[in-house]
Amino acid sequence: MATEVLMPALSPTMEEGTLAKWLVKEGDAVKSGQILAEIETDKATMEFEAVDEGIVGKLLIAEGTAGVKVNTPIALMLEEGESADAAPEKAAAPSASVEKQPEQPEGSEGKAVDEPLVSSPGSAVPAKPPVSPDWPEGTAMKTMTVREALREAMAEEMRGNDRVFLMGEEVGEYQGAYKISQGLLDEFGPKRVVDTPITEHGFAGIAVGAAFGGLNPIVEFMTFNFAMQAMDQILNSAAKTLYMSGGQMGCPIVFRGPNGAAARVGAQHSQDYAAWYAQIPGLKVVMPYSAADAKGLLKQAIRDPNPVIFLENEILYGRSFEVPVLDDFTIPFGKAKIWREGTDVTIVSFGIGMTYALEAAEKLAEDGISAEVIDLRTLRPIDYDTVLESVKKTNRCVTVEEGWPVGSIGNHLSATIMQRAFDYLDAPVLNLTGKDVPMPYAANLEKLALVTTAEVVEAVKSVCYR
Amino acid sequence: MATKKSPEKSNVSKDELLTYYREMLLIRRFEEKAGQLYGMGLIGGFCHLYIGQEAVVVGLEAAAKEGDKRITSYRDHGHMLACGMDPKGVMAELTGREGGYSRGKGGSMHMFSKEKHFYGGHGIVGAQVPLGAGLAFADKYLGNDNVTFAYFGDGAANQGQVYETYNMAELWNLPVVFVIENNQYAMGTSVKRSTKSPSLWERGAAYGIKGEAVDGMDVLAVKAAGEKAVAACRAGEGPYILEMMTYRYRGHSMSDPAKYRTREEVQKMRDEKDAIEHVRDMLLQGGHASDEDLKAVDRDIKAVVNESADFAKESPEPALEELWTDIYA
Repeated sequence: MATEVLMPALSPTMEEGTLAKWLVKEGDAVKSGQILAEIETDKATMEFEAVDEGIVGKLLIAEGTAGVKVNTPIALMLEEGESADAAPEKAAAPSASVEKQPEQPEGSEGKAVDEPLVSSPGSAVPAKPPVSPDWPEGTAMKTMTVREALREAMAEEMRGNDRVFLMGEEVGEYQGAYKISQGLLDEFGPKRVVDTPITEHGFAGIAVGAAFGGLNPIVEFMTFNFAMQAMDQILNSAAKTLYMSGGQMGCPIVFRGPNGAAARVGAQHSQDYAAWYAQIPGLKVVMPYSAADAKGLLKQAIRDPNPVIFLENEILYGRSFEVPVLDDFTIPFGKAKIWREGTDVTIVSFGIGMTYALEAAEKLAEDGISAEVIDLRTLRPIDYDTVLESVKKTNRCVTVEEGWPVGSIGNHLSATIMQRAFDYLDAPVLNLTGKDVPMPYAANLEKLALVTTAEVVEAVKSVCYR
Repeated sequence: MATKKSPEKSNVSKDELLTYYREMLLIRRFEEKAGQLYGMGLIGGFCHLYIGQEAVVVGLEAAAKEGDKRITSYRDHGHMLACGMDPKGVMAELTGREGGYSRGKGGSMHMFSKEKHFYGGHGIVGAQVPLGAGLAFADKYLGNDNVTFAYFGDGAANQGQVYETYNMAELWNLPVVFVIENNQYAMGTSVKRSTKSPSLWERGAAYGIKGEAVDGMDVLAVKAAGEKAVAACRAGEGPYILEMMTYRYRGHSMSDPAKYRTREEVQKMRDEKDAIEHVRDMLLQGGHASDEDLKAVDRDIKAVVNESADFAKESPEPALEELWTDIYA
């Protein structure tokens, strides 16, 4: 019987890819383990092997086709003596709609909105925020992914300052575990794009020492989960030395990499450290959502004379946004961005939380609730004024983040709003966070552990007494 | 540890010997004074004295040139004095005053001087080792021939980050001299109770790093070893390890009752191995100085130390606004 060969998922977050090249043709007999095709994800080009022996009956997707969804049938394999014509015609139809359908969490019937866990690029998010103080009116824009924006930011700063260098695991020859540093080794050479052994504690310390010694290191942590190994150097050496030295010894360094949950990578690889780092005086903490912010804020971070924690997100890497075409585009720290103006409630978020905040605002608008959506962008410093101004207008606030509930950024904002805008509040400030559990692996449980758009909608309705 | 002294092995000049004598004595008297001020409640918190180990920093500073960097742990007063930092500024930092090197915000364990290329003063055991390699990384990147001395103790030698650093320092050929000040005790734990390794410097061999053990109570032996290590680094031969066999006479910190060793052990070291007495003997026996000459040096040093103590007492506490400064550049 003919077997369908499906487009494989080659990384935890891959949703689609390009079928770059077929290495077999129709009629070929293949053995198990033989390479069938080259598949290009946004991160890498991967070889795709046959799992079983058989004969290639039909290639269903032509090579060079981009945007092939995971689980789409790409070929038919036949057993000996079978004819391709006998294969079911419907092959492409039923399983083509492979976008992961989220299962409803137990007990959420009737409440949960049919939202994908990870919304695909170009979903309800408005391409352009209504208010942008970050670049002049009329600036030309181009579409680019967060990944490209980060790479451009590093490349531009490295061109502009020869003391800026990148260091980390797989940043050079491998071209970046998440391809953020793709091409940088070619342009800047191994002196400035330094592959390290797997030794976070050690290389973080060396980078901090290099910053004391007059360089401007960018340290890539493959993910911020691994930065736990280096926490002592980040906190005790990078963050505190300026103070301990009475202002003599600054540490101009950027620690960057993906932070927070990716997809299905379990408890040790799925933690949002935003609130942790935001607690430390001496650090600056940045967590961009859009590509424009990723670029402008990373350039700013590299120029900052202080240690900056730059928290990226793997799921956002592949998302596209409009980025201004400017020779030198930076965004100052401590300025929140109002993505959507509204009058009934203020939703404050940052990083990937903005996905849920913006989607919720869209849905709430359909129900006649006008939400103002604020992206904090930097968590140290925090732009309290923008949040307070908004809350004074809307009298209600909901915060959204992926991190854990105890000691969250939302908790801190709640306290600040209580202290500085108590009389303006018509409802308690609600904090939406990840659940207070280590991240489970099972798909349904993971979904349950993360904050969702549905929860944001529900929380907003609750503070609006609707 | 080698017990034999070898005053005749180098044709060392009188001036050189006098300089070492003076510098080591300054550290010792300074530390004794710090101990006194601690007892009087003028110095707070932790205070780790360097008494006994003076030959290590004085000998290595003699092998350094302008531009070379140094970084160490919390037992740092000796390193600061040896690299030429002002005793007044160091003592005033110990008393937490405005006139201190960190304007009172660092304390005994956290002092720095960009001018003298002294990069701290680090309170987390072993953390200064990768930082030191990072300083060397910067110099190599910038293309100069400076060398960094990264000091750490026998206790820190068991920290994982030391070996992470060895690996990268050799991999990248960094001009860093790892100086293990083996004073035999990590707080109260003797080396014998913390490792089965017969020697600490030999661990570098696993990473391809050259090194040697040195009589750290003999300033001339230290200087000679330092020159060799520095020359290797400047020649682009990468890192070097010097294990300085030394001894601290005082407790780990001021609050250490030192029950882990006998008084006799300490006294024996003082009597037989003292680095300052060693140079003093060389000066006297070599006819380079008279007893009277050395007494004059003692008086000078005493005056410098007393002046630093007076300054440290008189300098005002930092202004309250200082709480909020120097958090960000």
